[in-house]
Amino acid sequence: MSVYGRGLRGLAIATVLTITAAFALVFFYAPLDADQGFVQKIFYVHVPMAITALCGFVLGGVLGGMYLRTGERKWDIRSYVAIHMALIFGVGTLITGGIWAKASWGHWWVWSDPTLTSFLIVMLLFATYQPLRFSIEDPERQSRYASVFAVVAGAFVPLNFIAVRAAQGYVHPRVLTLTGGNLPGSMRLTFVIALVGMGLLYVTLWKYEMSAKATRMQVRALRRALLGEDSVAPLKRSAAPS
Amino acid sequence: MSWFVAVAPALPLHTAGKYVAGAYIVFLALVLVYVAIMASRLARTERELAELRRDVELRRQSEAQDPDRQREPVA
Repeated sequence: MSVYGRGLRGLAIATVLTITAAFALVFFYAPLDADQGFVQKIFYVHVPMAITALCGFVLGGVLGGMYLRTGERKWDIRSYVAIHMALIFGVGTLITGGIWAKASWGHWWVWSDPTLTSFLIVMLLFATYQPLRFSIEDPERQSRYASVFAVVAGAFVPLNFIAVRAAQGYVHPRVLTLTGGNLPGSMRLTFVIALVGMGLLYVTLWKYEMSAKATRMQVRALRRALLGEDSVAPLKRSAAPS
Repeated sequence: MSWFVAVAPALPLHTAGKYVAGAYIVFLALVLVYVAIMASRLARTERELAELRRDVELRRQSEAQDPDRQREPVA
């Protein structure tokens, strides 16, 4: 078992339990929102997913920085998987956000809202990460360029977040602030558990993919060692590090 | 089931329910699709591993039948 597979089962069980608890709290404990009513329940899946996606992008940048510092390939793979996972969470955020916008505002998308537009910009920025990797054939150069991209784009995420928070003309509700915000206790508890569940899901899926990649690499290395170089089919050009 | 129905709050499913259900289904579908893709990749790795095991076994058998044959270097 690879280092990434260790503790994966326990983590997966903890993730399932936390997310199930969070969803139970969403529908059976958290009160209906006075303003939006039942539609506000989307908040508990949409916002934790958005926060996790943004943290995943930043994590990808940090791991990319580790690759540039050490030159060890494992950091590039970790950065790649972190960004890959964050993109999946980001797609989920955009879709659930669109559904919530349609239910609340009557439109699938509101261009005048800085939160929506800035998240889309971050997503589009990171959507170019894989094509960038794919366009470079040499694995070392691919890792180096991708890591530089991950660091720069990762640094853009908190800057973007601060810029949006500073903007005044928004229609997006602000319920989470450093001073406590305006979420009642039961809603806050539900949200925190949903956020923890989403974070655990991200870590579990990251470990799962890392474990699968590490196992595949070991199989290829074993085949090469036992049966010779010719026994292993050459890797096709790929965005994924191997 | 009757207990569940009794404790379940009266959710306004006729109005916003479809949107809320849609959002949660999107989340679950994303996770399921991802896990399914990863499972298919894992199955491919398992197939390769079984193939490798078979190749090693064949190699071992041929070496047992012909012990004088020089072993190929293993990296």
